[in-house]
Amino acid sequence: MPKALEAIAALKGKWPGVTDRASLDQPALNVPAADLVAVLRFLRDEQGYDMLSDVAGIDWSVGASPRFTVVYHLLSTTSHDYIRVAADCPSDQAPEVPSAVDLWPGANWHEREAFDMFGIRFAGHPDLRRILMWDGYPHFPLRKDFPLSGVDTDLPDAEVVAETKTNAIAAPMAGGPFVASPGEINMTEAEPRAKDESWNERRPKPGN
Amino acid sequence: MVSANSELTYDSKIEGDVIVTRADAVINWIRSNSMWPMPMGLACCAIELMAVAASRFDIARFGAEVMRFSPKQSDCMIVSGTVTYKMSSAVRRIYDQMAEPKWVIAMGACASTGGMYRSYAVLQGVDRILPVDVYVSGCPPRPEALLDALVKLQDKVKRERSFSKLNTA
Repeated sequence: MPKALEAIAALKGKWPGVTDRASLDQPALNVPAADLVAVLRFLRDEQGYDMLSDVAGIDWSVGASPRFTVVYHLLSTTSHDYIRVAADCPSDQAPEVPSAVDLWPGANWHEREAFDMFGIRFAGHPDLRRILMWDGYPHFPLRKDFPLSGVDTDLPDAEVVAETKTNAIAAPMAGGPFVASPGEINMTEAEPRAKDESWNERRPKPGN
Repeated sequence: MVSANSELTYDSKIEGDVIVTRADAVINWIRSNSMWPMPMGLACCAIELMAVAASRFDIARFGAEVMRFSPKQSDCMIVSGTVTYKMSSAVRRIYDQMAEPKWVIAMGACASTGGMYRSYAVLQGVDRILPVDVYVSGCPPRPEALLDALVKLQDKVKRERSFSKLNTA
């Protein structure tokens, strides 16, 4: 019996809220947000999953409930296998789960990234600031209701704004997004290009 | 590079130890032939920028080998790479700290237009915050393209009114 399945069986005995999660690769499970830290601590201390390799966020869609999910990837460095733990955020408007920084200091920056991109708050995080976008950026870019090209926003530095009279603009998409065509061998053809090249900044999109 | 500069032609039989020229011509000749770049290396273009400075392409042939990492000591900011919005304030601040006269080369697609990064996080062309003198196409540009941009910038500097501008200011 693989290590992860043993761990899951032990978990289900201790926490009845833990359920199996559909997965194509490693064993995965759903955990209620309230039990998350206790489950992670059990996996680390009792089951040997001593390394946290990633913390990720999911936004299912604007209308979905639960809308946000946090996913933890754990690795056992002794039995060399992974396990995936997912917790749905109880609130769709102000998503929040408990922080795992007390268990793995390495969770710090992962959780800051999930906060920066999805707006998921981690209760008990010692320093929950943005990590990729600048402080004061008003949006969460990886949410489904945020456009890829961005929205008009002020630049981080007010002095630069005053001097240059410029701001962060929605990037011109010009028929994009720019994607590579799979299966092309010719590098000139394979480079990323817009699917619809019939319009650009100067020539309006047909039908608009 | 020693270029033909008619303003500086000098005939020792006629003029002896005296060279007669215009102040603009001398100042611009000096400025254009010892351009000290500020390497604003932000992404993969910076690797090509290093190649330009290395032995095979050798930007020293054009008098611009003295890469200075202090804005106080440099004349020409080479913005080589993707400028994110978060980095834009630092880029502008470093430009502001450079002493006049100063010039800017936007190296590569990202610095010129945002390039392939049509994204919420990337400044869509460094010319939105800096006055760019020369744009270089390419992703990344060949080192020769950057050398060409430098020569173009030198030509531009040689056409500037430097001394007469000081007088009228």
